[in-house]
Amino acid sequence: MRELSLHILDLVQNSLEAGANIVKLEVIEDLSADVLVIRVADNGRGMDEKLRQLVIDPFVTTRLTRRVGLGLPLMEMSTKRCDGYLKIQSTPGQGTIIEASYRHHHLDRPPLGNIVETIKTILVANPTLNFLYRHTVNDRKFTVSSQELADILDGVPLTQPDILIWLHKYLSDHIANLYGGVEK
Amino acid sequence: MKTLEDLKRLREQLKTKNTVRHEGGIQIIVGMGTCGIAAGARQVMTAILDEIAKQNLQTVKISQTGCIGMCEKEVLVDVVRPNEPRITYGRVTVDDIPKIISEHIVNGRIVAELAIGKFTE
Ligand code: FES
Repeated sequence: MRELSLHILDLVQNSLEAGANIVKLEVIEDLSADVLVIRVADNGRGMDEKLRQLVIDPFVTTRLTRRVGLGLPLMEMSTKRCDGYLKIQSTPGQGTIIEASYRHHHLDRPPLGNIVETIKTILVANPTLNFLYRHTVNDRKFTVSSQELADILDGVPLTQPDILIWLHKYLSDHIANLYGGVEK
Repeated sequence: MKTLEDLKRLREQLKTKNTVRHEGGIQIIVGMGTCGIAAGARQVMTAILDEIAKQNLQTVKISQTGCIGMCEKEVLVDVVRPNEPRITYGRVTVDDIPKIISEHIVNGRIVAELAIGKFTE
């Protein structure tokens, strides 16, 4: 996958398949430390040590492991290529935390890509998921909470056309702002 | 810049206009397994959301699902109309979306050349 934001979507889908109803996504870009970290933490069923080892093995193609994520070995390879790492922390019955780290300026680092579309997809297509997204670029931050949106919407679905248009603009504006570039 | 305050105002407007209906909707489900994503599922999802906004469709529900086990037919999009069989569309591209929306979602006519399955639940 050419975009990190597609890997992010894949990680969140893994969490959903593990039965999670809470997913926290963090994207941390620290240019002075020259790192980009993606962290996805969920409250899904988790994995035992054996399965945890298996899921990053690209040569294991059993049904079982495929279900927990064909994308993880690909992501691990891309982190390694960029002086980074992929860490999986998991506790059966409690959840999983995946952390992928890259050297920000590495020439081979895939671009973050269209993070707006990824966040929009997760929010709109999973109305009962408690989803928290936090993105920091140096000292600028942006947070979205599906809970907060739902409270404001008071029963109006995110798929309502006017709301979809608002959501798109809201995410685009604030994410552009993280990089210093939005007209008021 | 758009704010949460704007969202509050929008919600109030919608509630007073009373245009928001919640039930009886059509459901669209997009396969978001790894293969689906690699084949362009997110772009297809984006096209669906854009079309819903553009055609001002008030009662469509969207959801994502995981691997359906048909890698070679990704991107997979299912359409479920109330009391009708579930239709699966395969190898869906962004360009197919306006047609699927106008024909099947709006007018109830299945787009036969894109459909790969029909399931009665
Ligand atoms: S992810 Fe490959 S068939 Fe679904």
